[in-house]
Amino acid sequence: MIEYRSVGKTFPDGTQAVASFDLTIPSRTTTVFVGSSGCGKTTLLRMVNRMVDPSAGQVLIDDVDVATQDPVALRRSIGYVMQHAGLLPHRKVVDNVATVLRLNGTGKGAARERALEVLSTVGLDESQSRKYPGQLSGGQQQRVGVARGLAADPNILLMDEPFGAVDPIVRLELQAELRRLQTQLDKTIVFVTHDIDEAFALGDQVVILKKGGEVAQVGAPADILAQPADDFVASFVGLDKGGRSLHVEEREGRKVVVDASGRPAGVLEG
Amino acid sequence: MSVVSDAVTWLTDGAHWTGETGIPNRVLEHLGYTSLTLVMAAAVAVPLGLYIGHTGRFRGLAIGVTGALRALPTLGVLTLLTLLLGIGLEAPILALTVLAVPPLLAGVYAGVESVDPQTVDAARAQGMTEWQVLTRVEVPLGLPLVVGGFRAATLQVVATATVAAYVSLGGLGRYIFDGQAVRDYPQMVGGSVVVVVLALLLDGVFAVAQAAAGRRARPTRPATDPSSSTDPTPTSQSTTTP
Repeated sequence: MIEYRSVGKTFPDGTQAVASFDLTIPSRTTTVFVGSSGCGKTTLLRMVNRMVDPSAGQVLIDDVDVATQDPVALRRSIGYVMQHAGLLPHRKVVDNVATVLRLNGTGKGAARERALEVLSTVGLDESQSRKYPGQLSGGQQQRVGVARGLAADPNILLMDEPFGAVDPIVRLELQAELRRLQTQLDKTIVFVTHDIDEAFALGDQVVILKKGGEVAQVGAPADILAQPADDFVASFVGLDKGGRSLHVEEREGRKVVVDASGRPAGVLEG
Repeated sequence: MSVVSDAVTWLTDGAHWTGETGIPNRVLEHLGYTSLTLVMAAAVAVPLGLYIGHTGRFRGLAIGVTGALRALPTLGVLTLLTLLLGIGLEAPILALTVLAVPPLLAGVYAGVESVDPQTVDAARAQGMTEWQVLTRVEVPLGLPLVVGGFRAATLQVVATATVAAYVSLGGLGRYIFDGQAVRDYPQMVGGSVVVVVLALLLDGVFAVAQAAAGRRARPTRPATDPSSSTDPTPTSQSTTTP
């Protein structure tokens, strides 16, 4: 369980990224922070592994204040996946994935073996593991990034817009893959995105943020859609212009779900 | 009889290739001063450059100070230091170190700074200590520019190490200063040619080393890519003259 208690962050230059933020993230669920740029979502994410230290309040993991932990040890115990993967260009894929294991003192052979195993979990084979990151496509690099985050089998996985830089089709593929992985692995995932569809596709709990880390609404995707807290949320999730209203039309005896502009979204079963 | 053909005659005279005053021995002395200078300069510039590049602190100060150092005429510094320290190895090595530190420092911090901040951030977020970030990420990735700094410094020092002879030491400068004293121009030109050849050879060695460092830092970049053949390095300047 991750807990934010009255967390605030003002950077040395006076910018206030987060005013006062409270949230509980249950274990083994996916929580998505979603908001426009400048809402403090990445800052909040990075407080979990002490890449950013809050200037007020506390962040607790299983009731232990992270401020009392050694940052290096803490980071090695938490998976971190970022936009553009952030892989080391001068090391082979397999060595990139083995990084944290090697830092934790795992032997070279065992670390490689584990790296190959986790690479296959994310759908990459042995021949790709011998390549350098620059020889892979953006989507594949992102898979390597996820594999690296998972290699040391952390309980918590932090993902900072991990699919932000790949094209929409690959993004959908990666989202589906992450959902599949999560049903197997049962990690506590904290995910940051500015894409509300991605938030709804992945989150058990979605946190919609306004400027300064102010919470607009927290809830399950369906609850947010059913009961948007205010106009900001309604407009952010696209309810205001009929963007999410669907209705059913009968076509040759089947119920076709159609969106506001009359385009089919799917077929109603049962 | 031109000076050039006389210089060729001087260079090909077997008597100039043996003994204590022969070209091989002078080359060794010259390389000795050069390496000693580079070791001294590296001892100062490498840790400082790594610190500045890694932390971003004192960058402005470093640029200012090294800029000022670059403006110092080596011969003047040498004369001053010799007056202070007396005749010996210390004064010329120190004067040459002053010359070598700026390009070396610039190469080292520029190399470390050139590494993609996202890669560094990711390495830190994986749980690398600052030292590991420096040695496993910033140094290997910035190495082409670091080697470039060594290349520039070496060229300047090997060309300028002739000043050692100005204060009664050896090296290839002996031919230039001794030649000048007795107006033996072929000897002066011959000595200069040896300096030029030595400088070009060393530059070639460093060019190869730099290319190798580049391949290690960016293993996926194809060798035929024209943009990989030149790195934005502070490269060679003058080749001869004290």
